[in-house]
Amino acid sequence: MTNLENFRQETKDWLNQNCPPEMRKPGDVSWGGRNSRFSHPDQEIWLERMGQKGWTCPTWPKEYGGGGLTKEENKILQEELFEIGARPALASFGIWMLGPALLEFASEEQKLEHIPNIVQGKIWWCQGYSEPGSGSDLASLSTKAVLDGDNYIVNGQKIWTSNANYSDMIFCLVRTGPQEPKHDGISFMLIDMDQPGVEVKPIKLISGKSPFCETFFTDAVAPKSNLIGEENKGWTIAKRLLQHERSMISGMGLSVGGTSKNKISGLAEFAKRYVGIDEKNRLSNPFLRGKVARHDVNSRAFSLTLQRMGEEMKSGGPSATASMGKYYGTEQNKLRYEIMLEAMGFNGLGWEGEPFSPEELAITREWLRSKANSIEGGTSEINLNVISKRVLGLTD
Amino acid sequence: MALTLNEEQQLLKDTAREFVQKNAPISHFRELRDANDDKGYSQDLWMKMADLGWAGILIDEEYGGSNFGMVGLGAVLEETGRNLVPSPLISTALLGASLIQLAGDKNQKKELLPKISEGKLTTALALDEGARHNPLNISTFCVKKGGNLVLEGRKTFVIDGQSANLLIVVARNSEPNNKESNGDVSRSMYLVDPKKVGVKITKVSMVDSRSYCEIIFDKVEVNEEDRLGEENVVGIIDDVLERVQIGISAEMLGNALEAFDQTIQYLKDRKQFGKPIGSFQALQHRAAQMFSELELTKSSVQGALNAIEENSNDKSRFASLAKFKAGETLNLVSNEAVQMHGGVGVTDEFDIGFFLKRARVVEQMFGSSDYHLDRYAVLSEY
Repeated sequence: MTNLENFRQETKDWLNQNCPPEMRKPGDVSWGGRNSRFSHPDQEIWLERMGQKGWTCPTWPKEYGGGGLTKEENKILQEELFEIGARPALASFGIWMLGPALLEFASEEQKLEHIPNIVQGKIWWCQGYSEPGSGSDLASLSTKAVLDGDNYIVNGQKIWTSNANYSDMIFCLVRTGPQEPKHDGISFMLIDMDQPGVEVKPIKLISGKSPFCETFFTDAVAPKSNLIGEENKGWTIAKRLLQHERSMISGMGLSVGGTSKNKISGLAEFAKRYVGIDEKNRLSNPFLRGKVARHDVNSRAFSLTLQRMGEEMKSGGPSATASMGKYYGTEQNKLRYEIMLEAMGFNGLGWEGEPFSPEELAITREWLRSKANSIEGGTSEINLNVISKRVLGLTD
Repeated sequence: MALTLNEEQQLLKDTAREFVQKNAPISHFRELRDANDDKGYSQDLWMKMADLGWAGILIDEEYGGSNFGMVGLGAVLEETGRNLVPSPLISTALLGASLIQLAGDKNQKKELLPKISEGKLTTALALDEGARHNPLNISTFCVKKGGNLVLEGRKTFVIDGQSANLLIVVARNSEPNNKESNGDVSRSMYLVDPKKVGVKITKVSMVDSRSYCEIIFDKVEVNEEDRLGEENVVGIIDDVLERVQIGISAEMLGNALEAFDQTIQYLKDRKQFGKPIGSFQALQHRAAQMFSELELTKSSVQGALNAIEENSNDKSRFASLAKFKAGETLNLVSNEAVQMHGGVGVTDEFDIGFFLKRARVVEQMFGSSDYHLDRYAVLSEY
């Protein structure tokens, strides 16, 4: 047996012994954190075992608690997880965004302090980027951090902070150089949320839910050791992290709410339940059938593209093409919900209660939630700007 | 299989690119168009391509081929597509070679394939009979009459039919419109010498200046030995159609990439209001959207080429995926390319109009985008 075949067998065996039965079914995923709550005892066991093994972050270096796997080994691990229908042990902005940035830009002490906690889900991280006056023009942000002895004192406001109300810590862009040109006065800082100077207010969205918050800093304190990279050099880290964020969101249309396999082939089956089929087994509404087919084909082409971009990425992580993935993936996801709603008719437009099924009500809320997909993490328009400037070389 | 080329395939693609830049710039296509040459391509160029192994690119080595496979042919077609290089790659290297290799008997292969590999024999597939690709709707038939097999019918939009040394004609095994033949979907292929009595070939002049013709078979006598392989080869015809749908998609990807690159260059060069028009967001966003569609098309075409190579059980859907995506993207890019070039985009002097005219023809060829979207849905059982 080759090393990879050995690895596959070991992985199978380990998963077989360590993945609890309940975690082999679809369901919610833990976000960990200091006050982690689990919807099922198996969830806690699964997180602990995967975290110890480093397989929540399979390719991160072992010295920081990661799995230390090669790309090929990770592919095998993912295949074996898919094979048994295992749900992820941990969902976290630490894994998707902060961790990769720390690995690239943080000092050794900072890596040792923060990365193992990300791997094991001990800290729930949120992202402090946007501000009320700084959305697409992110670099105009004005939350201020001033050095006072060994601490930075932070004042200002962040907005659209996902899950800030549950988070333990926030990775934040702050202005440390008020006199510098806007991109050159920004620092990347880690701030503990558990202190009197930090206040969080959830924002109610059109979906009726509050995944986003406003986060206020009033003389909040961050030790000097929480500055990542050099003072006023945070914009480089910020952009890099955005690429990770964008490539994370790219895959969402393919994976949220089930395995990617179901997500791609499911739209036609879903539509059939509502509009029925004709004598040739075709969706009986030809216009809807056309929309479904077009979406289907584009989803297939898009997932092939993500695969190809993954292959082309040597070791440098996501590139400017991440913007293409973010743009296309979120537009596809929004369109998918539009098509589902169209198939459902009035049944897709209920707010609560009878006669709507819980699944229908969930889809309606998800449809509303999906509208933020092409806004958060850089709007579609900003991503088109990035493509035209960085990839195509069309400058202002 | 990876969606990126391996070293050998990349080398082939680089060679193709170099060869095409050196030997067949778009001006070569323009010259042939202006000469209104019936053959439609340069024999000299085709012999050079054959020397590189492209004529026999799908042919096994025992028949003198280079056997680079569909991934290799796709790489070449993308590059020739960039410069609209006129050649019988599609009609002969892809269609003829595949049909003979998959359907032919030992003698036919032994006799014909080495000649194709050497570039000495060119073929044309006479299949479609109407204004739209529809392999099921065929009236041409070949039946025994007075002891001889007689071929009768009319074929349209036959690519490279005027220059081919050998026609491959798809025919029903029974006369249409008679009761016994109702529901007879069996088809055979016949190898017909274009000079044979009763074969009438008429040039069809199309907007894209590629070589097409109409062929009438007026009681053409053929022999059993002229039949390519077995009686009833519907499965093989379908397989080869999928190959050509994917091959044409690779060519279309090349068309679209070149039209796009020329357009981006134009956006950088052309100045209005004191700055390059590429600095305007109204154009930037559309360029970025085209870029995204091109990326999806690249992946679809590469996925489809791989699917043939691996004989994937999903290759039929891949063929429709590739042809649909290539068709939609080329349609978008060819229209935008002309619009973004402004006035010069609609002049004959600029090459960009060539891509618009070629685009619409290849979009129709072997099934339009609508055809393949429907086919994809049917194959996905909805």
